[in-house]
Amino acid sequence: MSNAAANLVALNTLIRREIVRIVRIWTQTLIPPAITMTLYFVIFGKLIGSRIGSIEGGFSYMQYIVPGLVMMSIITNSYGNISSSFFGAKFSRAVEEMLVSPMPNWVILAGYVAGAVVRGLVVGILVLLIALFFTDLHVLHPLITFASVLLGATIFSLAGFVNAVYAKKFDDIALVPTFILTPLTYLGGVFYSVNMLGEPWQAISRANPILYMVNAFRYGVLGISDVHVGWAFVVMIGFVIALSVVALQLLKRGVGLRS
Amino acid sequence: MSPQYPDTAPALVVDNLRKTYSNGVEALKGISLTVQPGDFFALLGPNGAGKSTLIGILSSLVNSTSGDARVFGVSVNRQRSAAMRLIGLVPQEINFNQFEKPFDICVNEAGFYGIPRKIAAERAEKYLNELRLWDKAQMQARTLSGGMKRRLMIARAMMNEPKLLILDEPTAGVDIEIRRSMWQFVSGINAAGTTVILTTHYLEEAESLCRNIAIIDHGAIIKNTSMKRLLATLDVETFVLDVAAMPGELPTLPNVTLRRRDEHTLEAEMARSHDLNSLFATLSTHGIMVTSMRNKTNRLEELFVRLVEHGRQELDHHGVERAA
Repeated sequence: MSNAAANLVALNTLIRREIVRIVRIWTQTLIPPAITMTLYFVIFGKLIGSRIGSIEGGFSYMQYIVPGLVMMSIITNSYGNISSSFFGAKFSRAVEEMLVSPMPNWVILAGYVAGAVVRGLVVGILVLLIALFFTDLHVLHPLITFASVLLGATIFSLAGFVNAVYAKKFDDIALVPTFILTPLTYLGGVFYSVNMLGEPWQAISRANPILYMVNAFRYGVLGISDVHVGWAFVVMIGFVIALSVVALQLLKRGVGLRS
Repeated sequence: MSPQYPDTAPALVVDNLRKTYSNGVEALKGISLTVQPGDFFALLGPNGAGKSTLIGILSSLVNSTSGDARVFGVSVNRQRSAAMRLIGLVPQEINFNQFEKPFDICVNEAGFYGIPRKIAAERAEKYLNELRLWDKAQMQARTLSGGMKRRLMIARAMMNEPKLLILDEPTAGVDIEIRRSMWQFVSGINAAGTTVILTTHYLEEAESLCRNIAIIDHGAIIKNTSMKRLLATLDVETFVLDVAAMPGELPTLPNVTLRRRDEHTLEAEMARSHDLNSLFATLSTHGIMVTSMRNKTNRLEELFVRLVEHGRQELDHHGVERAA
């Protein structure tokens, strides 16, 4: 068997193992985001949203926040999946199974990222299905929608991986989502258009990478965006490249993994 | 991918390997050793001697500071993936996901080595069966007993059918029956051609299983020879004799020191060259009937303690000289 074929088998094994993990603990991986987002739809979309009326482009507030909430669940679940799965493997020393194997570092990274992206996508689909109980939605640009979801999930999977590599205790993988990810998500245009903000808040908001993901996705679904969609993709691809390089370097140096 | 290695290459060559940890601890001080293909090799040493660091470097979990190790001619430093395909590792600590099933743990391990799932499933069944774990194959690994978890790690290490199997204290905390069954399995693997490197604190295991031995202490090899040659250097042995009755006065014999342990037990320390017949004859003449007899300590244990103590005295001596 060639090296490429062996790596493909290894990659499939890792992805399969990650998916089995997601399904095995479905009450922790799939149900909580569905419940949380249902509450968002009821409270922000239905109860408060009905008093707001249309927000931009003639869309109701509910229609406006659905893409943002879907992207928010994709981001947080991709991040949470990889950080807890990889740190769990480190904590239990099961990561050594992979480190002593012939698998190259890129296969380990790709396997974990793919697993996290799968969880992000499954949760995204679930949340989208729930949203359909509250409002009508038609995807305007399917390709842009799918690409933005894929890139958003990949970016936060990579970020979660970096977090897990550095983490020494379980608290360390909760710190980043609590103090960085959640504030950035809420300030990333999920619930409002950044055009509603005055300066300098509008300029500051444009430094938030989540803004580009949410708006690229919103453009794909509704056809409206606070930022130029081309720029949004440039930013997202830039983040994927930069974070991939960082993650691979960490694996190569064995930070937190090899002594 | 089938590994490419020279047929004539030793199973393992450790070449001037050094490891200094970031906290300044010098775990390996330039050690070198060679293990021949098909050998059953004991790597012994007290706790903290550097055994696990050496195994860590061989399995690429620890980065060496300098030097290299070659597995069947393949450099661990320069051709890591190719070298890892040749190694199977049974670590000291349990290191699998305890929420997974033994069958999945084995099949996934094979997958990491690029072994297709169908072949992996067949091997998992084979090795779990041989290690008497097949009936537990679909249970969560955390429900297995300590001995079963150790056997599962051996089964897992066999999934890539390694040329070199490294066992780092695989029987720690395992009862005697399971230990024996594990050694039966590993001896069979060795007889079939797999080179085995074993670290253990049960020295009778090393004595009965291994053909060659290296003793490591303070990051340096203090002995590297064949088991036979090492045991031949043992000049004194101590036997424990269970006796039916004991007189007040013990007989005296040349080159034998007799000590009373209690009313029914004697210790006889004697040169290995001394014959046992004269000892029994003298005891019999003095009305001491021996009902059973055993070695006070395992022979290798005796040598091991002496070598390590000698090494420490040397170290202390040099330390004093340097300080002076």
